[in-house]
Amino acid sequence: MTVIGIDLGAKNTKVVILRSSEILATSSVLSGFDQQSSAEEAVNEALNKAKITREDIKHITATGAGMDAITFANDTVTEISASARGISKVFPSVRTVIDIGAEEGRAIRLNENGKIIDFGINEKCAAGAGAFTEAMARALEVELEKMGEMSLKSTKAVPMNAQCTIFAESEVVSLIHQNTPREDIIRAVHDAIADRITSMTRRVGIEKDVALVGGVANNIGFVDSMKRNLGFDLLIPKDPIVPEFISAYGAALVAQDTMNGG
Amino acid sequence: MANSESKEYWRWTESRWTNPDLDWKNGEIISAGVDVGSVSTQSVVMVDGEIYCYANMRTGSDSPDSANKSMKWALDGTELPLDNIEYAVGTGYGRVNVPFAKRAITEIACHARGANFMYGPTIRTVLDMGGQDCKAIRCDHRGKVTAFLMNDKCAAGTGRGMEVFADLLQVHINEVGQMSLVDEEPEPVSSTCVVFAKSEAVALLRKGWSKDNVLAAYCGAMAHRVVTLLERLGVEDDFAITGGIAKNIGVVSRIEKELKVTAPEPSIDPQLAGAIGGALFGKALVEKASKK
Repeated sequence: MTVIGIDLGAKNTKVVILRSSEILATSSVLSGFDQQSSAEEAVNEALNKAKITREDIKHITATGAGMDAITFANDTVTEISASARGISKVFPSVRTVIDIGAEEGRAIRLNENGKIIDFGINEKCAAGAGAFTEAMARALEVELEKMGEMSLKSTKAVPMNAQCTIFAESEVVSLIHQNTPREDIIRAVHDAIADRITSMTRRVGIEKDVALVGGVANNIGFVDSMKRNLGFDLLIPKDPIVPEFISAYGAALVAQDTMNGG
Repeated sequence: MANSESKEYWRWTESRWTNPDLDWKNGEIISAGVDVGSVSTQSVVMVDGEIYCYANMRTGSDSPDSANKSMKWALDGTELPLDNIEYAVGTGYGRVNVPFAKRAITEIACHARGANFMYGPTIRTVLDMGGQDCKAIRCDHRGKVTAFLMNDKCAAGTGRGMEVFADLLQVHINEVGQMSLVDEEPEPVSSTCVVFAKSEAVALLRKGWSKDNVLAAYCGAMAHRVVTLLERLGVEDDFAITGGIAKNIGVVSRIEKELKVTAPEPSIDPQLAGAIGGALFGKALVEKASKK
């Protein structure tokens, strides 16, 4: 039985195709303004990779900010449930999930059966989401993908006073004008967002193991700041289900559960 | 980068003024207030409690430098030497960095005092909408602060947020308010965060909304944001607005509508309120010292 999970996020649309728990293909495209066609595009790309057709698909479950826009999905599941379902499959030992997307951050507590016992969301403020690092990369004129590596070269922790993304942009510019090394500024950026994510997670309680998922988990500089804050290592999923695919994977698992009568 | 910033839609008009009816040589107490804000700096010189001259300009990267420059510009052409100012008070974000000030007083106290001067002793609630913060202040008939609430953590509801929108829509900041007065009021932008509101605005434009309507939706959101702050504090009549956004009819009219109050038309640039308050405190401090 073949099913699809779609995560229509604020920035990227991710698709995972599962056949009897085996990952057949994944795909990711930019979420355009027409969310339905972004979903179509991502699904077609994954189908091509898997060398199967739409007729082979028994069930499609959607999640993410734009899930309701996907008319061809059979049902939807919340981001929290999708993320929790995905991570429990990859790392059954996880009790706390930190999921940071482009425009949202979530902290989820799970029990030993992978059931959600509590969660916290920040969807109001860009300063606790990927949009923050993205805006800072723009202000620094550094490619987003290089931010992580560069911050690991920092030799000095510089304080960052602004919380708001808009105010932090100005602060970054004035740090540049003061000739602060870029590496140190980037580390300050990662420390700042890590502090906010850590306090959001503390509100739901931190129990080991802790997993970090969502696109921001690919940023090794941010991971380093989180590690420093928590004082221990975090579990980060690897290929083929890289951090940003966890929710699409979770949605596909939910689709499979549904077909199995679960 | 340089190209996209070469058209500075956010850049509001700087100004200076000298009172033609006053001669500082005939004055007894010359005092000054310098409000070094995060975005703008104002210097106001008063002769016996009346505005003699002022300057209002953009804050530079260095607070002492910004304070010196604005005072120099205020005094430009007046022949009044800086040393003749008996008491200068620093206020605002950079208040401790005003080189020639004898004392620093918080902008909350100065704005209430300034609003009392500008709008009269019946003012009980002042909303100061600054460049990077927003304050709701309650005061008594003397302009003395009785309570206040402030947002300085988030750009929503501040002048900086409006600057971002002026740049995004390529509408000059001075024209935003007028343009936003559309016939049929749209739903306000739903995001609080300026970063998310920007994305929302881009999506609205793609849907075919006019700039006027997008500005209306943003001014509406901004008004709602500050009304929430005011309601937490409690609004008592009379109500006045100070700071740069007080010049934005689009935000002001929507705040008035939502709160069902009327803010008086400013006869003096509302960005000067803090510096005026500072200069009045300066005068009071001279009088206090001479009584002893």
